[in-house]
Amino acid sequence: MFEVTGVSKTFGDLQALREVDLSVQAEQTTVLIGPSGCGKSTMIRLMVGLVWPDEGTVTYKGQMLTPANVLSLRQKMGYVIQEGGLFPHLTARKNVALMANYLGWAEGRIDSRIETLATLTHFPADGLDRFPGELSGGQQQRVGLMRALMLDPDVLLLDEPLGALDPMIRADLQSDLRSIFQTLGKTVVMVTHDMGEAGFFGDQIVLMREGEIVQIGSLKNLMQSPAHKFVTQFIHAQRRPLESMARGEIVK
Amino acid sequence: MTRTPNTTTSVKFTALCILFCFLFCTSTQAQEIVVGSKKFTESVILGEVLSHIGRSVNASVTHRRELGGTRVLWNALIAGDIDLYPDYTGTLSREILAEENLRDEADIRARLAEMGLVMSRPLGFNNTYVLGMVETRAEALGIRTISDLKKHPDLKLGFGNEFMDRGDGWPSLQNRYVLPHQNVSGLDHDLAYRGLESGTIDVMDMYSTDAEIQYYGLRSLVDDLQHFPVYNSVIVYRVDLIDRAPQVVKEILKLEGLISERKMMIMNAQVKLEKKPEVQVAADFLAKNLNVQVKIKKETAGTRFWRHTWDHLTLVGISLFGAIVVAIPLGIVAFRWARGGQIILGLVGIIQTIPSLALLVFMIPLLGIGGAPAILALFLYSLLPIVRNTYAGLHDISVGIRESAAALGLSDGAQLRLVTLPMASRSILAGIKTSAVINVGTATLGALIGAGGYGQPILTGIRLDDIGLILQGAVPAALLALIVQGLFELFERVFVSRGLRLKGEMA
Repeated sequence: MFEVTGVSKTFGDLQALREVDLSVQAEQTTVLIGPSGCGKSTMIRLMVGLVWPDEGTVTYKGQMLTPANVLSLRQKMGYVIQEGGLFPHLTARKNVALMANYLGWAEGRIDSRIETLATLTHFPADGLDRFPGELSGGQQQRVGLMRALMLDPDVLLLDEPLGALDPMIRADLQSDLRSIFQTLGKTVVMVTHDMGEAGFFGDQIVLMREGEIVQIGSLKNLMQSPAHKFVTQFIHAQRRPLESMARGEIVK
Repeated sequence: MTRTPNTTTSVKFTALCILFCFLFCTSTQAQEIVVGSKKFTESVILGEVLSHIGRSVNASVTHRRELGGTRVLWNALIAGDIDLYPDYTGTLSREILAEENLRDEADIRARLAEMGLVMSRPLGFNNTYVLGMVETRAEALGIRTISDLKKHPDLKLGFGNEFMDRGDGWPSLQNRYVLPHQNVSGLDHDLAYRGLESGTIDVMDMYSTDAEIQYYGLRSLVDDLQHFPVYNSVIVYRVDLIDRAPQVVKEILKLEGLISERKMMIMNAQVKLEKKPEVQVAADFLAKNLNVQVKIKKETAGTRFWRHTWDHLTLVGISLFGAIVVAIPLGIVAFRWARGGQIILGLVGIIQTIPSLALLVFMIPLLGIGGAPAILALFLYSLLPIVRNTYAGLHDISVGIRESAAALGLSDGAQLRLVTLPMASRSILAGIKTSAVINVGTATLGALIGAGGYGQPILTGIRLDDIGLILQGAVPAALLALIVQGLFELFERVFVSRGLRLKGEMA
């Protein structure tokens, strides 16, 4: 679906990506993970054309992303960010319908599409006419997801979609999201910093560090045959606190 | 059969053409003149006298009254915005043409002729500057001459704003007499009399024909070193007026030598102390001295109020509308084009720091006097709050929101129209509201350059010490500011999404 080939990107002095190659498979969920500043967010923003590579290319279905074609290609991608990115001056319904209205869809088509999406994302119908400021964080993310899905895109790009939510809501939305992905059979690229979440969603996990990809594979793959010491360290760093405390290793 | 009607028609048509031509030609032959006057009573009275004379020979006369200062009138005369105005020989030689070292009236006349201007012979009175003190106070301190002031360096001096800066004013007077006074303030000439009466100042500059000198019982200090020149009252007019309105010029020159100091002082007193309107005083003078009968068109308080309101609304309406149309795009450009943006914000900021009166006067060489320069000045003043708030409104939108809009696949224009501008609308409206309120207030200064509006009664009221008249301008101006603010608040309720106001309440 996406082919990232030899891409480098710097922001000022910071080298965000160094000659990275990545292939994103259709109808699979690819999770980008790594510590802060590893380049995972830059990677997903390259795919939707919010940043452009200094070197190398990004292709979508064999078509190279350029400023000339990015507007039409974006309409085939759904993009959701951590805080939802909802427009506060529009109700949930108008946020979701914005692009369809812009493209001149008939009202009936828009309404039935929104109804389908509300059911799919378990979003309460009476919330549709509320403004983002009147919705909880979890509800806002569901609206963000509906907006991304409105034009029935081939790809969903999610940049830490659950990062700003508290743990209970997060768990709820995690399972809802996974069932949505399974129902729709879309290609999904997701950024997270949580290994558990990566394992929960990812058919393919891409572990990054300092602008480079360290290893690509399933969670099992990463745990059983790490390509680098860092892979094990990263997985353990996330697992250790709770397990260690459970074992009584940290006593205060 | 068909020929006859055709012929009649063409005859009728020709006759009509001749008639129109006749009307047209006579109407262009009708003498149109514009009289100017400065914003003190004597000048306004003389301006009315000139206007009456013009009308008595069927000229169409406009009187730009109470313009703010000698320079405004002079520039307007040079530019041809006014045709004639009353001035004084001393002012011409020592202030307007101060650098040229003109010694007598012949010098002045010759120099003016080079500029395409003509100066009449003196009208008959000398209105020189004098320094004045309250009689009892001067007596107690033993002050008779300007030189005597040196012995009292603690006296508080208050001079008209123009006198503070004029070539023949305070700086040269201080040099000539070597006066040691430190406590010198500039204030409005008409307010200075009240300052003297209340004791906030001890010495002020007076015009020797001011009615207040007798009324307040003031002592004129002797100019023992003869610092002040003679200020013979004259009329200055453009040389082309002789061709354009020969009759008007002929009649006006009958004023030469006609107005004695006493007559002028009485007229000043009738206006300032007896509160007679200048038009009436001028008409009475002409009836008595030139046997010219003038019919005065009386304007009721109501029509005057609506005229001021209309003028004021025109000034505010056009300048504010123009500012909105220009400033919002400028704000957008400032935001999108990072480096140029700082230049734009800097420029509109600099405009805001120019004192409003100075900005108004700068406009005169470009646009003359009246509504146009005032509108341009107000327009420039209204830019900053709108540009800055548009910029800030766009700037405050988070990167996440902006990228979400871009990632949807909206074009740049659609992002602006559907997302970022509506989100910035609250800030933009707040900027417009600020501009509007400042604009309504600043527009009162437009009267100083002949733009009319609520500033007119304020200006006249200050000159005539008439609180009622001042309030006739000040109260409507304040109310208008409140109404404008209220309207924009209503506008905000309707046009700014509730979703944004919600955020404001939560924050």
